[in-house]
Amino acid sequence: MTRTLGRIALALVCFLIALWLVAPTLVIIPISFSETQSLAFPPTGFSWKWYANIFDNRAWSRSLVTSVEIGLIVAAVATVLGTMAALGLERLKNRLGGTIRLLLLTPVVMPGVVLAVGIYAVYLNLHLTGTWTGYVLAHTLLALPFVVIAVSANLSVFDARLEVAAASLGASRLTVLRTVTVPLIAPGILSGALFAFVTSFDEVIVSLFITSAQLKTLPVQIYASMTRDTDPTVAAIGTLTLVVTTVLIGAGLLFSLSRGRK
Amino acid sequence: MSEPKVREMTPEARRKVRAFLMTVPALAVLALVLLAPLVIVVARSVTEPQPGLENYRWFFATPVNLTVLARTFKVAFWVTLLCVVVAYPYAFAMSVAGRKLRLLLILCVLVPFWVSGVVRTFAWVILLQDSGLINKTLLAMGFEKIRLIRTQTGVTIGMVQILLPFMIMPLYSVMRGIDLRLLLAARSLGARPVASFFQIYLPLSLPGVFAGATIVFILALGFYITPLLLGGASSTLLSTLIQQQVLSLLNWGHGGAMGVVLLAATFGGLLIAAPLMRRRYPVTGGER
Repeated sequence: MTRTLGRIALALVCFLIALWLVAPTLVIIPISFSETQSLAFPPTGFSWKWYANIFDNRAWSRSLVTSVEIGLIVAAVATVLGTMAALGLERLKNRLGGTIRLLLLTPVVMPGVVLAVGIYAVYLNLHLTGTWTGYVLAHTLLALPFVVIAVSANLSVFDARLEVAAASLGASRLTVLRTVTVPLIAPGILSGALFAFVTSFDEVIVSLFITSAQLKTLPVQIYASMTRDTDPTVAAIGTLTLVVTTVLIGAGLLFSLSRGRK
Repeated sequence: MSEPKVREMTPEARRKVRAFLMTVPALAVLALVLLAPLVIVVARSVTEPQPGLENYRWFFATPVNLTVLARTFKVAFWVTLLCVVVAYPYAFAMSVAGRKLRLLLILCVLVPFWVSGVVRTFAWVILLQDSGLINKTLLAMGFEKIRLIRTQTGVTIGMVQILLPFMIMPLYSVMRGIDLRLLLAARSLGARPVASFFQIYLPLSLPGVFAGATIVFILALGFYITPLLLGGASSTLLSTLIQQQVLSLLNWGHGGAMGVVLLAATFGGLLIAAPLMRRRYPVTGGER
């Protein structure tokens, strides 16, 4: 009797926590269809104009495109550098390797503003503020830990004897890497690339410091709009990303479920 | 140029050098956008406007700074505590749930990640504002309106929700590894459920609690956007002060000293917590 009671209580608590995790984000959906320029909830009327505004207003459309492009470049750069580093670290199991691994993970725990202030100072000297290179370098730093973690996790369950076997059959180091190692750790590389893109696409603190009027990323534009006035376009952009990620992750889940059934 | 040298080495040493070289590109990025910035921040804190520890003296002699520093720690502490309390039952349910229910629970933890942090803060503005959903609900239920936006409470509520996944995931990964038959064994030996939880389950799950709490605490210490947008002048945190010193007042010395204080707090926290995460906690009672 007490056990069922306990179970019901746990289920109820978990339901409330799940609701609390998910529901706040979802309030942006009704707001994005608001007819008036206000954040009052529930919104009045229905319109698509905030979605139209994303594409009509150059500040919004340009920052969205910029963020997607920077995100893709960062995903490519961070994935290549991070995968190389993870492969190297897997073979460097000594004190030096441990130190390097720790170093590569530090960006995660760095207080954002301290890092941003420092990067801003370096960029002022190198004339990198408001440049593509500047954004890509800073975002790559922040994305690297996630790639290293994802690829390393995959490498730790990977059977290194397969590489030895391939090499003993005469494959060169590059062939082993290309035909044995990389295909086997592809899931780790892929999830690393995804994390890298998301890290760049969401990054706001460093971007706020190194931004310029000419080259602005989406989070910077959102932040600026939030401090200036109430603009439901933010809700429209948020809803749009929510829909895109839901579709992508849903497709990924269906794919992995259908493969798992085989 | 180092080629001949490499050839003289043993195959094992050569393998090590090659492995190290693969990490060099990533380390180069680290040197340029992590190490160099940190060096500049630390250097400016002791050189601007003149060499010496004047900026640190200023920091610890100005009451406002100490108030904000204390507040930053206080908020981080409460956010961490609330995250532990909320995450514990949830992670436990995840670890004992069936396959489908577990997938659903994991999905609920990850959904917030599908939308960027700035947008989630925007959602909290909608909810917390004076005419927002929370206050409307309170009014409808016959309660008084409470001021949430631009207050410490509002900032804490938003931060806990945004940081909760960082608490749930490590906790879940530890709890998944706990053998529930231990609890059955304790029960069959006559332990009451409460006793078996406190003497067996809790100690075994502590490494997960400490791992999650450390991450949440450290991230909370450095939080910037959420306190800025949800908080007001009375809830300023250290990050905001740093930004003001550097961008508004162009005082790199003061900003640098504050940055070093925040860094010291962060890495001090990590150093204290690291052994707590690795320790194994004794299961009390029963045989030794």
